[in-house]
Amino acid sequence: MLKLSRVRKTFNKGTVTEKQALRGIDLELADGDFVTVIGGNGAGKSTLLNMIAGVYPVDSGVIEIAGKDVSRLSEPARAKYLGRVFQDPMRGTASDMWIEENLALAARRGKSRGLAWGISAKERAEFPRLLATLDLGLETRMRTKVGLLSGGQRQALTLLMATLTDPRVLLLDEHTAALDPKTAAKVLELTAQIVEERHLTTLMITHNMNDAIRLGNRLIMMHDGQVIFDVAGEEKRALTVADLLQKFGRAAGDEFANDRMLLG
Amino acid sequence: MLLALQGAVSQGVIWGIMVLGVYITFKLLDIADLTVDGSFALGGCVCAVLVVGYGADPLVAIIAAMLAGAVAGAVTGFLHTVFEIPAILAGILTQISLWSINLRVMGKSNTPILANETIFSRLSDLSGLPQSTVATICGLVIAVLMIAALYWFFGTELGSALRATGDNEDMIRALGVNTKVTKVVALTLSNALVGLSGGLITESQKYADIGMGTGAIVIGLAAIVIGEVLARLLPARFTAGFAARLTAAVVGSVVYFLIRAIVLQMGMDANDMKLLSAIIVALALCVPVVWEKYRLRASYTRGGEADA
Repeated sequence: MLKLSRVRKTFNKGTVTEKQALRGIDLELADGDFVTVIGGNGAGKSTLLNMIAGVYPVDSGVIEIAGKDVSRLSEPARAKYLGRVFQDPMRGTASDMWIEENLALAARRGKSRGLAWGISAKERAEFPRLLATLDLGLETRMRTKVGLLSGGQRQALTLLMATLTDPRVLLLDEHTAALDPKTAAKVLELTAQIVEERHLTTLMITHNMNDAIRLGNRLIMMHDGQVIFDVAGEEKRALTVADLLQKFGRAAGDEFANDRMLLG
Repeated sequence: MLLALQGAVSQGVIWGIMVLGVYITFKLLDIADLTVDGSFALGGCVCAVLVVGYGADPLVAIIAAMLAGAVAGAVTGFLHTVFEIPAILAGILTQISLWSINLRVMGKSNTPILANETIFSRLSDLSGLPQSTVATICGLVIAVLMIAALYWFFGTELGSALRATGDNEDMIRALGVNTKVTKVVALTLSNALVGLSGGLITESQKYADIGMGTGAIVIGLAAIVIGEVLARLLPARFTAGFAARLTAAVVGSVVYFLIRAIVLQMGMDANDMKLLSAIIVALALCVPVVWEKYRLRASYTRGGEADA
């Protein structure tokens, strides 16, 4: 469903701040794979997702989604294949617009937008039912401005918006990191439920190693722009946080002690 | 005095169409688009030259003024999106180049259209009403039509995407909208309204002048701000909707020109009017900031718990 071949990206090439963010990534996700991505700060996790989404152009390599080479497509042109949820709950929704307007914008992801009404009567009738699945009581607040919702509510809404029209690949960039533990657990549970029900091919970055082990059918660890550990199925289920820390320690060496990974 | 006030109302309504254009960029896209100073004068110049120089139908001249404004807006949009020039600077570049272009269009610094028919004189002849009354009614009808058209447009898929572009660009890009396109559309639409307004003003005052657009952006912002303040005086259920906010902007424009007429009657130098406009806008932008800071300071209690 998603295939990356020799994908490279260097930021600020030829300057003192040059940073090789991705050093030749090869990664292939089968249909329905739910892959969790872990790694320290600066390992290239977010860059990986941004490359897939087309936020920056790749330096070299090929990205294919559902068999189509998207390496040189712009971010908006790739949107029809991708559902995305960002770390910052403010980034995924338009705060000055109503809940139903946000959903209507998401329902048209990747489609050409013309002069038909921005929200159809059918959608207006259908959205409350979809919102009810979030179990947050939002279905009665269709004309509430999204800016008035809490971070957790906004992130749950963004998740619903990202999966509204079945994306080929769902990209989750630490989407629960900015939420309090209880809300984070709720959004994560919702994520697992939606991915499972809809059989979505998913890449999820997380800093929580327990979540990384518990969720999904495959786990990759990144370090310094490379995938250093890739484990799936039975072997993944048997992993412990201690195993991961050890793996990570071996790869990272001295930097290990300073890293946020420890806190996971 | 009454005559001056009546003139101010008709002027305010027609300038109100320009204010609608400024509203699109300033309130929806969060860009202060300085193109309007140039595109307003461009609309006026194109209109005057077509009527006087080419004997064009005054209505055709108005439509041409609108199209000319649209092109000017598209140029700013192009500079801003394709070449990533900051919006303010892109607007300034277009505005400055329009000064020279407007002089080229007219071949001189002003064009009177005293001897020619205008849409207002034509309607005045048809209806028997005085031209100033016709200008007010005509302006009102066009303003209402434009508000209705904008209300419709911003409810469409494209219009919603445009509003979302101003609200959260990351989000709407992730949803597959090319924000370069939506920004160019917004700037084009905005300056089309500005050009239309410039053309109408030229026909109502019977001359176009190279300096007629100077400070138009400030007038636009002042009108929006005045409209917002007035809207707060009414119950929220009347002023919450999009059409109501657009209407408030046009009303703000009328009130601006009434204030202007009154202070001019009171003996203020016309050249000081731009200073007054700037002060109105600056004050309106300062007050919420200062008020918020005051509120934060005032709510501090040393004990950490408020008594109330």
